[in-house]
Amino acid sequence: MKKSLASLPTLFTYVLLAVSGFLFLLPFLWMVSTSLKPSTQLFVYPPVWIPKPLEWVNYYNAVTSIPFFLYLKNTLVVASCATLGIILSCPLVGYSLARLHWRGRDTLFIITLAVMMVPGQVTMVSLFIVFSKLNLVGTFYPLILPAFFGAPFYIFLMRQFFKQLPKSLEDAARIDGCSEFGIYMRVMLPLCQPALLTIALFQFMHSWNDFVGPLIYLSDEKLYTLQLGLQQFKQAYNTEWSQLMAASVLVAVPIIIFYFFVQRSFIQGITFGGVKG
Amino acid sequence: MAQLSTIRSRIERKRAKFAYLFAAPWIVGLLVFYAYPLFGSIYYSFTNYSVIGKTSWTGLQNYIDLFRDHLFWTGIKNTLIYAALEVPLSVIVGVLLALLLNMRIKGRGMFRTVFFLPTLVPVVATSIVWEWLLNPQFGLVNAALNEIGIKGPGWLGDPLWSKPSLILMSLWGIGNAMIIYLAGLQDISKDYYEAAEIDGANSLKKAWHITLPLLTPVIFFNMVMGIINALQVFTLPYAITYGTGKPADSLLFYSMYLYNNAFLYMKMGYASAMAWIMFIIIISVTLLIFRSSSRWVYYQGDD
Repeated sequence: MKKSLASLPTLFTYVLLAVSGFLFLLPFLWMVSTSLKPSTQLFVYPPVWIPKPLEWVNYYNAVTSIPFFLYLKNTLVVASCATLGIILSCPLVGYSLARLHWRGRDTLFIITLAVMMVPGQVTMVSLFIVFSKLNLVGTFYPLILPAFFGAPFYIFLMRQFFKQLPKSLEDAARIDGCSEFGIYMRVMLPLCQPALLTIALFQFMHSWNDFVGPLIYLSDEKLYTLQLGLQQFKQAYNTEWSQLMAASVLVAVPIIIFYFFVQRSFIQGITFGGVKG
Repeated sequence: MAQLSTIRSRIERKRAKFAYLFAAPWIVGLLVFYAYPLFGSIYYSFTNYSVIGKTSWTGLQNYIDLFRDHLFWTGIKNTLIYAALEVPLSVIVGVLLALLLNMRIKGRGMFRTVFFLPTLVPVVATSIVWEWLLNPQFGLVNAALNEIGIKGPGWLGDPLWSKPSLILMSLWGIGNAMIIYLAGLQDISKDYYEAAEIDGANSLKKAWHITLPLLTPVIFFNMVMGIINALQVFTLPYAITYGTGKPADSLLFYSMYLYNNAFLYMKMGYASAMAWIMFIIIISVTLLIFRSSSRWVYYQGDD
């Protein structure tokens, strides 16, 4: 009797989790199902879940209706360059803020924290003016260049990480005659691989999913990223639901697969700001 | 001894040089990509800047025009309504899901992944899936409602239901906040629960008197971020309406009208004025929450 009473709340938890989990998965299932439907099964009631026959040609049509692989290439170029920029700049700055002593360091750190709170849309317009004065509007540079000069959240993450490394490490390297840059490159940087991986992931995913940046700066269709391409596809073929779903699956799946490989560092990065920050 | 300290200070000075060198990229970035745009937009807000054509000083004209612009007010109204509904709902749903996941259950990792996955879907793909799910005639949602005898609304096509539709979509992407809540829950020391059990508290009492109060710092963090994001809502409504804000301007959010002014009508001075008003609104709201926080946020270890 006691046992069944105790397991009742547990059962209730499982039921709630199963129901909400199903609701969260439903759009995915529906997306995949729709992407494989022949157009005759789109507008029927009751809805068809497993299309007969599976219309794989929708995927072929989706990647040929738009220059999918060109957009993929553009996206990969932007995302990898921006990620490279972040990896080069942010650890360097974070290291300086965490482990070196200099006048103005704490002020710069406070400014860095404050900048994190400045909403992107406040600077959006004048940032565009900056890039138009540099004659870079309509190129990939506005989407890549800022990364090479650091981003506040990633600098903050790196600083916190560097701060917890023991001082004895750098002292030992210094006694061995290692240069300041050598200490950074050969001792400190290899130790913060997990943090590096986290910021690289965040930036890559951010660039992959970015919509506003390309929307503002890219006007030539040849330079479109996947997100812009998908939006354009949607506008032009807004009733071709099967093809639209196929394209959506193709844009979403790489990032989901990517996520499964790197789950741990990803989740750690997200919780960092909210709980330990 | 004195010699040692001069050596040390020489090393420190040498290191300082490197420190500046290491921090230099960010100092440049800060000036060019943050400070200049931030303060530059104050200047531009007093001009009629438009990329092409001559720029002249127009004083407060942009601000005067804005206050007479009914779409400006529509944008503010829509944005505030959206934020007022979306933020509390996402706190409630996020905390509830995190509480469920924090129970002693099997397959926690799997459920966590399921709730988190939608946040990975690019916004345009999200808009496509949900536009089809919420299609008034052929959508899955209205088909399900029909099964239980309810005639579904027009969702994104109905000015009254377009914002709730958008909120539904944003709740689908709650995984990020949920993960942070979950980490917060796992941070709560077990001692509190053991002490409460000795005092004979039941699960509900424990949740109400221990879990919730100790989760308030995390709720506070997510709320601040949630409000800042909700006030800037842009990508999803833009992707759905292609920037038009239809139906009947019900999805014309402040940021979308700002974007349209800047990049569609090329009224950059006007858009800069909008940006500054937005900045002031966001700062005031954030400060208000910060001020209220001493009354409802508890920190572990505080008395």
